Amino acid sequence: MILTIASKDFKAFFNSPLAWVLLCFIQLIESFNFLKHLDEFLQLQPQFIQMTNPPGATVWVAVPALTTTAALFLFVVPLLAMRLIAEERAHHTLCLLTSAPIRLTDIVLGKFLALIGFLLIALALVALMPLSLFANTPLDYPFLACLLLGLALLAAAFSALCLYASSLTKTPIIAAISSLGGLFLLLLFGDHLSERPNPDSLGWLSNLIQVFSPVKNFEVLHQGLLDSYAVVCLLLLTIFFLILTIRTLESQRLKG
Amino acid sequence: MIALNAFEKLATPSEASAVNCLALHAQGLSRRYGKHWAVKNVDICLPQRQVLGFLGPNGAGKTTTLQMLTGNLAPHSGSVSLCGVDLIRAPQKAKSHLGYLPEIAPLYKELRVTEYLRWVARLHRIPRALEAHAIDQALERCKLTTVSTTLIAHLSKGFQQRVGIAQAIIHEPDVIILDEPTVGLDPNQIRDIRTLIRELGQTHSLIISTHLLSEVEAVCDAVLIMHQGDMVFNDTLERFNQNALNPCYRLVRFEKIPPFTELPQGLPFKTLYCVAPHLFYVSFLEAIEPQTHFTQWALESGLGPIHLYPEIKTLEALFSALTPPPPEPRVSP
Repeated sequence: MILTIASKDFKAFFNSPLAWVLLCFIQLIESFNFLKHLDEFLQLQPQFIQMTNPPGATVWVAVPALTTTAALFLFVVPLLAMRLIAEERAHHTLCLLTSAPIRLTDIVLGKFLALIGFLLIALALVALMPLSLFANTPLDYPFLACLLLGLALLAAAFSALCLYASSLTKTPIIAAISSLGGLFLLLLFGDHLSERPNPDSLGWLSNLIQVFSPVKNFEVLHQGLLDSYAVVCLLLLTIFFLILTIRTLESQRLKG
Repeated sequence: MIALNAFEKLATPSEASAVNCLALHAQGLSRRYGKHWAVKNVDICLPQRQVLGFLGPNGAGKTTTLQMLTGNLAPHSGSVSLCGVDLIRAPQKAKSHLGYLPEIAPLYKELRVTEYLRWVARLHRIPRALEAHAIDQALERCKLTTVSTTLIAHLSKGFQQRVGIAQAIIHEPDVIILDEPTVGLDPNQIRDIRTLIRELGQTHSLIISTHLLSEVEAVCDAVLIMHQGDMVFNDTLERFNQNALNPCYRLVRFEKIPPFTELPQGLPFKTLYCVAPHLFYVSFLEAIEPQTHFTQWALESGLGPIHLYPEIKTLEALFSALTPPPPEPRVSP
């Protein structure tokens, strides 16, 4: 049943021009970025040859090119997620889902899967560019895999937050603005943590802040470090917002 | 195959026994918004294959009640069961017996009619093998075959409403709840939809909320009237019409809920039955003016003041008698 809902919302993305335009611009920006880094890498080749242990294409081209995607997700996810629940409510179609024999959890997970599916496609298209270098230069595949996992987990956390924002209102644009606001708040939260001279002195609070700073956790994976703590933190944040979304829909039934 | 399933359901032996055979049974439903009680202590019994007309002025609590019956709104008290399955304890199982068309049809306008119905079929877990058949049957019943590949957004209001009904019946539910299905339609479309409702009523149980009394007379077996959150009348149309023809039968409203459902013997009147907590049909021996007798008896028996309605011959008269408009605020000179 989760897949039934996911497939409908996934197809709905492609029924509107928004998804195509977003995919197009992500690809455009990323390819420009990729070519820029590739060009720099090629120009620096003569200097690299003299080094005993020169940096490879992974660190010099693939990582910076892919990292921009994380920044793009900050804007793309709110735009994609805004309609998911808010519009169903505005068009009175949410009632169709809630009077059908399905659980609210299935509805929320279905919509979440549709969104994450779309973002993974965007990510795969972007990842193809650095991967196309495999024929000409050695690539550090585990490093790339770790980075892509980080991006996917970041996309999941962002999606869950934006889905929650969409469940709070019936105006998609309000959902988009509040998700944008929420994402930037989380960003500032993480920065604030790292600026503290001694974050460990906070004890359990610092652990909590760590969960709520997805970008900090992503940065760990971004360095090629598969840190289970960072992975768990990102997953916890995702689950937290998914549960909030389910609770919001449930409270609508209770409060009317 | 689906039709066969529906047939099997009807043929089960438990049909004959008590509450389980009710298609829908709601007890003591209440719901408030803030301090205002939108629905107070409403009981609904819907037998199999009955069409119940749900009447009431605007703001009477009809839509709130329907939302509670369909699991879209949690009641503050009371219980609902669909085909014997409790809606609160087993919501998914109970909802599988239900087809619901809300006030505003829940349509995805960017989909084609068939695409939309296919998705609804999947939501209701119709097996893939039977999906095409179920869609065809729903299209045929709602006379949508000619527009099956049209985008829902391009359909007229009448056709969109039919898609809404098709959505509610595609999985052959035991109980179909339609909230104002004919609002905004032209007379021909209204006639078509009424024909459809009558057809559905032969095999399913229906609740139809409406403002049109003629609609109730045309398609319903029973009528339930709500006023300011209270259920004020609940009876079959057949009995109502019989009583309306007999000048000895009158409606009596007790100010306090009487502790009985039948009046004692040996009085120049006898009760027939209770049609709402406060409301009784009383048959007098003669069509004389029995007011004094009856009022006196009620006061003596400690039942408090009563209100004896004048003779009610039509549904319209009944409706206006039971749902008086709230008193106009007095303007001081």
